Amino acid sequence: MMANTSDRFILQTRNLNLWYGERKALANINIDIQPQRVTAIIGPSGCGKSTLLRCFNRMNELLPGIRIEGQVLYNGEDLYGSNVDVTEVRYRIGMVFQKPTPFPKSIFENVAFGPRIHGLTENLAERVERSLQQAALWDEVKDRLHHNALGLSGGQQQRLCIARALALEPEVLLMDEPTSALDPVAAGKVEELIVNLKKRYTIVIVTHNLQQGARVADTTAFLLGGELVEIGPTSEMYTRPRDNRTEAYITGRFG
Amino acid sequence: MDSLKRRTTHRKRWDRLFQGLFGAATLFGVVALLLLITDILRKAAGWIDLQFLTSFPSRFAEDAGILSALAGSIWLIGLTAPIALPLGVASAIFLEEFAPQSSLTRLIQVNIANLAGVPSIVFGILGLALFVRALGAGRSLLAGALTMSLLVLPIIIVSAQEAIRAVPDSQRQAALALGATKWQAVRSVVLPAAMPGIMTGTILALSRAIGETAPLIMIGALSFVAFLPSGPLDQFTVLPIQIFNWTSRPQEEFSHVAAAGIVVLLVLLLVLNSAAVLIRNHYRKRFEA
Repeated sequence: MMANTSDRFILQTRNLNLWYGERKALANINIDIQPQRVTAIIGPSGCGKSTLLRCFNRMNELLPGIRIEGQVLYNGEDLYGSNVDVTEVRYRIGMVFQKPTPFPKSIFENVAFGPRIHGLTENLAERVERSLQQAALWDEVKDRLHHNALGLSGGQQQRLCIARALALEPEVLLMDEPTSALDPVAAGKVEELIVNLKKRYTIVIVTHNLQQGARVADTTAFLLGGELVEIGPTSEMYTRPRDNRTEAYITGRFG
Repeated sequence: MDSLKRRTTHRKRWDRLFQGLFGAATLFGVVALLLLITDILRKAAGWIDLQFLTSFPSRFAEDAGILSALAGSIWLIGLTAPIALPLGVASAIFLEEFAPQSSLTRLIQVNIANLAGVPSIVFGILGLALFVRALGAGRSLLAGALTMSLLVLPIIIVSAQEAIRAVPDSQRQAALALGATKWQAVRSVVLPAAMPGIMTGTILALSRAIGETAPLIMIGALSFVAFLPSGPLDQFTVLPIQIFNWTSRPQEEFSHVAAAGIVVLLVLLLVLNSAAVLIRNHYRKRFEA
């Protein structure tokens, strides 16, 4: 049974509960993420979307006073198992943050950062070029690879961060509201990129922009107050939500 | 409308008043410094020459020189910096990035902050007991440099901690999210970004060390040295001790010699500071587009 489900789903949570100190942030979450699809997590501010996303690459552990119960399975294996190395988890499951976080290094060195720390220095230049191409940034930066990345525009910086994550050829890419700090044109480019990337990668994206969710996601999950209200194909979710709380959120009655 | 105008005029008056007050406060320090420097320069005029820079101290003011003290100060800083800087930065990294948030960590933290305010003579007593006597380093440059390192360590640690804390957490997270270990994140992301701040703290610390007198007298640095130290185990003197020695001579001429010594000390301080500022700017430039 287990092996069967993990064939179909790359990431799963089983009765996942999470507390920040006394405050419960995630309640009994059971969610299945399909490979090579875009899954959007939507919900009002403070509903636990980012918290859930950060469970998938164990970034939550960095916060003091956090307690996690239940399981997060990656290809059927418990990500929080005692024999699992957290650096390996993050090597296979990449992440892009809300605000672009380029390092104050050259464009090349930003993309090369991941490969270098994991000792993958063979054919580094090719790897960097390939990642920048996948992130649709190569043509804009190929003549200034050794310029400081902080000189790029906000949208370019975010695509650089995507390239930086792709340089490790992860299986999954987690994106935490990746366009909320960008102007509409730059956001559009990143959205287009997300749709292209799903051929190769599994993408889980947190967004509070419902239109964006509708445009990029195959599957949508709606979170409210730390609970998973419903999850299903995006088109159904937006047209025929099963739960009236989902309907209320999508039609803009709260959130 | 009239009442608005009246209130605006009223507010602007206070604005001008405080601007004036703060300006005057700044001026006070600047004027005092200018007076001091002109006085010293006037006294030192004609006494700073090649003979002064290349001679050993002498009983006769005309023959007296600063050479051994200048060499001693340079030796001392040259030994203190490589001891105190790595120790201080390493401690700061540990406390900020690795140490668990426990009451023990907090206790250490409070102690370090308090050590920065301990009178320097206390460090001298410690240095005398620990380095000169117990470790048998004698009244050497090495004992002096170790004592000075203890003295400036708290300053370096506290300022390096502040610099490390000022690096945005998003930078650490970005590195960790790529699978970096904590040390990799610190080495390749946090430290380069904190470097300008760390250098600023180091400038302050070394400036403090170069002007300190009391702890070195305590550990037995000499005031009349007619030779150059040839290694870290030699006896030595430093600029402030030499200057103090000259100012306590009864002969009028020696006040001019002392003034000349102060000028040399100030110049050395300036040279050191500009070197550190250059290093700081070198790092800061890399963070601007």
